[in-house]
Amino acid sequence: MSRSDTLELYEVFLRSRRGLDHKHVGSLHAEDPEQALEYGRDVYTRRGEGVSIWVVRSNDICASQEDDSESFFDPSNDKPYRLATYYQLPDEVDNM
Amino acid sequence: MKDKILEYTTRLGDDSLVLGHRLSEWCRNAPFLEEDLALINVSLDYIGRARMFYGYAAELAGDGRSEDDFAFMRDQREFSNLLIHELPKGDFAYTMLRQLFVDVFYSLFLPRLAESSDETLAAIAAKAIKETRYHLRRSHEWTLRFGLGTDESRERAQRAIDQLWGYTHEMFDLDALESELAEAGIGVDNGALKAEWERQVIAILTEAELKLPQEEWAVRGGREGYHTENLGQLLNEMQSVHRAYPGLEW
Repeated sequence: MSRSDTLELYEVFLRSRRGLDHKHVGSLHAEDPEQALEYGRDVYTRRGEGVSIWVVRSNDICASQEDDSESFFDPSNDKPYRLATYYQLPDEVDNM
Repeated sequence: MKDKILEYTTRLGDDSLVLGHRLSEWCRNAPFLEEDLALINVSLDYIGRARMFYGYAAELAGDGRSEDDFAFMRDQREFSNLLIHELPKGDFAYTMLRQLFVDVFYSLFLPRLAESSDETLAAIAAKAIKETRYHLRRSHEWTLRFGLGTDESRERAQRAIDQLWGYTHEMFDLDALESELAEAGIGVDNGALKAEWERQVIAILTEAELKLPQEEWAVRGGREGYHTENLGQLLNEMQSVHRAYPGLEW
């Protein structure tokens, strides 16, 4: 039996220090979320890299597709007024 | 008394080293990559423990021997590990059921040793407790997976239990040295751990719908240096490099 028959793919997110966000560090195979958490610990925190781990089934992630990139991201390219740096501040405003 | 603590510490080092080496045989042989890494983490925990015990033993001996001399320059008859640690790695169920038995044991033994009046032994135990809690979490869960999994996983787990059970009794024996150290508040009274060990192991096996063996048999002798044939083979391999190149460093 190949492992893909019994094991699911999980994505692993690690918080390296208190106060920081969880960051995606990789993926692994496990039978259930509990086991994925333990393997996350064993595979990604062996040298003290983390203080908290999240795991999530890869199948449960809804991801944008390459095909969507035109409609998703291109429209923002010609709208510089959405950036704060587009505006000239009056001299009276020193800092914003 | 110092000699007795040296002997006791060496025994604990032998237990850890032999099991740590046994587990290392799974390196790149585990069922899948994630489990390979997890199992080798456990192996390294035990080897780290052995280093601490041997380091302390070397300090107590004070005759110029190092931790390496304890690990690599002693023969089979001089090793005093409990037999359950030296049994072959077997199949994966056998390895994990052995872990269950020793993990429950260490989860009871180490908190006691952490109260030892010998500060170094207490400190080593305090560090090892945290590792053992994690080891037990793994072996407990694997036992449930085997027992509640497929027909094959249940059969293999049951076979492992039947084959290992007779080696568990030795963990709770005390010889004269261990009794004396336990009374002095330095060592642990292993005999007093047995009832709680059985209670916890039976609870986990019941949860996994696995059975205790009916037959009563027990193998003993590790503390006196009487070993199964498996230890000689293990030492041959483990010590070969050090014996071929004595004192080599890299």
